[in-house]
Amino acid sequence: MSNDAIDAVFEAGDPAFIPYLVAGDPDYESSLAYVEALDRGGADIIELGLPFSEPIAEGSTIQDAIVRSLEAGMTPERFFDFVGDLDVEAPLVCMTYYNLVYQYGQQRGPRDFVERAASAGISGLVIPDLPAEEADPLRAACDEHDLDLVFIVAPTTEGERLTRMMDRVSGYVYVQARLGTTGARDDVSDQTDESLARLADWDVPKAVGFGIKTGEHAERIVSAGADGIIVGSALVDIVAAGAANDEPIEAVADRLESKARELTDGAVRGLTSAPDADT
Amino acid sequence: MSSHTDGKFGAYGGQYVPEALMPAIEELRDAYERYVLDNEDGFMDEFRKRLADFGGRPTPLQRADQLSDRYDTEVYLKREDLLHGGAHKLNNALGQVLLAKYMGKERIIAETGAGQHGTATAMAAAHLDMPCEIFMGSTDINRQRPNVFRMRLNGAAVNPVTTGRGTLKEAISETMRDWATNVEDTHYVIGSIVGPDPFPRMVRDFQSVIGEEAREQIREQTGQLPDSVVACAGGGSNTMGAFDAFREDEAVDLIAVEAGGSSLDVDEETGVAPNSATLSTGEEGVLHGARTKLLQDSDGQIMESHSVSAGLDYAGVGPELAHLVDSGRVQAANVDDEVALEAFHRLSQREGIIPALESAHAFGYLDENPDAVGDVTVLNLSGRGDKDLETVIEETEQRDLDVDVDMSVFAEAER
Repeated sequence: MSNDAIDAVFEAGDPAFIPYLVAGDPDYESSLAYVEALDRGGADIIELGLPFSEPIAEGSTIQDAIVRSLEAGMTPERFFDFVGDLDVEAPLVCMTYYNLVYQYGQQRGPRDFVERAASAGISGLVIPDLPAEEADPLRAACDEHDLDLVFIVAPTTEGERLTRMMDRVSGYVYVQARLGTTGARDDVSDQTDESLARLADWDVPKAVGFGIKTGEHAERIVSAGADGIIVGSALVDIVAAGAANDEPIEAVADRLESKARELTDGAVRGLTSAPDADT
Repeated sequence: MSSHTDGKFGAYGGQYVPEALMPAIEELRDAYERYVLDNEDGFMDEFRKRLADFGGRPTPLQRADQLSDRYDTEVYLKREDLLHGGAHKLNNALGQVLLAKYMGKERIIAETGAGQHGTATAMAAAHLDMPCEIFMGSTDINRQRPNVFRMRLNGAAVNPVTTGRGTLKEAISETMRDWATNVEDTHYVIGSIVGPDPFPRMVRDFQSVIGEEAREQIREQTGQLPDSVVACAGGGSNTMGAFDAFREDEAVDLIAVEAGGSSLDVDEETGVAPNSATLSTGEEGVLHGARTKLLQDSDGQIMESHSVSAGLDYAGVGPELAHLVDSGRVQAANVDDEVALEAFHRLSQREGIIPALESAHAFGYLDENPDAVGDVTVLNLSGRGDKDLETVIEETEQRDLDVDVDMSVFAEAER
């Protein structure tokens, strides 16, 4: 029903640092080096974006990354090659949109994609445009191949919708820290505290994402009770700057690694000030 | 009015949207069922009164004398071009803005392709005193300038969308992003029978007044039902609006005419389909909240569509229309850019009506298939063509069309 590698991350007890990059941004080789840098920087799980042409849940930072990756030739098949070529410790979660999952392989529906993802070494999936109501075929396919299916809980998710999600989620829940699309912000939203409070009874790990940018944000969110932090746009910004300035791969990778350390360290600091921390 | 309470049309439809939008969509579904289906608080009565007083309904059904002679068939035009704003779009925009008001929403957003839905929404929002922002692809802004001015004159903000090719599908994505950010006080007035449930059935219900009137009018004027109803299809709102009342009339052929663009071929390498013939050539997939037919490559990436008519230029189509084509109730056809342009000129010259380039596709079909529409046909003239004049002049000059329109007055005036 769930994936052992991801379970092990949360059972270890430390807050999980979960970075996100778009696979193949700005090109295949650079992207391999960047993802491996995040792994060295302390990533516990890595979310890899498989780019879709109409990413309705993304803000401009990740939209631009998706365009760069698509223009450099990323496809679902190359994505699975990419996963195979990566040399990382952290389990990998694929974040993409449902049409790519649905179209993959010989038969329409999610099964072929899930089978291929599992054989490539993917541990879980996040599909932002697939609400729990439409997710049963994908849930069944994930069960068959021991993949986690991560759902996003929004600040507006309450009541029956929460229950429906709880019945179908595995691995961790992605707690959306604020309304809107992805993108780095300068503050931490009160909506995060409210969302974590609503989920307090769930025994599935809670990872907070959307807008986390600094070690201090990470600390603040872990101290509010999160089991993990998800950081995308703040890292994609580093990739984007590297691409815009034509910087050497190593320089960009070093910056990603040190940003990863900052975020990991912040998250660990947050643990000591968390409400239920052992004193 | 048929009901599909689960929001599915056969295999199509559904609600494929980010979680942040789901509560708003459930709230909207509840409001749609109460106010639209059950006429709670007299919503539908107010809607119909405003459609009459502000919109000018009912629109006429007019016998097209010259076309009837030319094709030796009784051709009737449903004159949605005479609706306030110059297109059928007001039916839906007025319905949704009024519904937003009943729901207590404080802000209206909408996407627009040709600008017709944007202008209709801007008019309806001004009429009902709601602040309004319109998202429009930058390519479309350039080819639909008059409509941009009209929206701004009505007090709406027009936000250019520069991603992708800057057309309708990018504008829809961007509007969904705004909605996901401001969902608590904002209603998204989607412009066609696309998107997550309840939009496809709600927009159809607001547009179905077209076919309801036409069905009555044709019986009054001819004493019978038509042999066919013909409408152009992009997303498909004028199409379903015209067809819905005839759905149970099995003897009435329903013909949806798509934009064949410059070719029905697709270029996988560049991701371009030089047409918008989704019903004729598309494959099942998931886009913008619904499972439907799409123009997509073999990986599932959405193709860039094309049509000389901005309002038909979309890579998806309403899920209900896709289902009705699969089930055989609706026939999908398509005509290319040139045939549509010739039809535009023909209707302008022979009937004194300048049609929207979208609507011209329905007339192009009639010209190519005069024997396929039976003895009596109703064509939905979904909008007027004033907005398309620049495009038509440009495209006409570039082509060797079978029309004798004389533009030389410009050259003479310049001397």
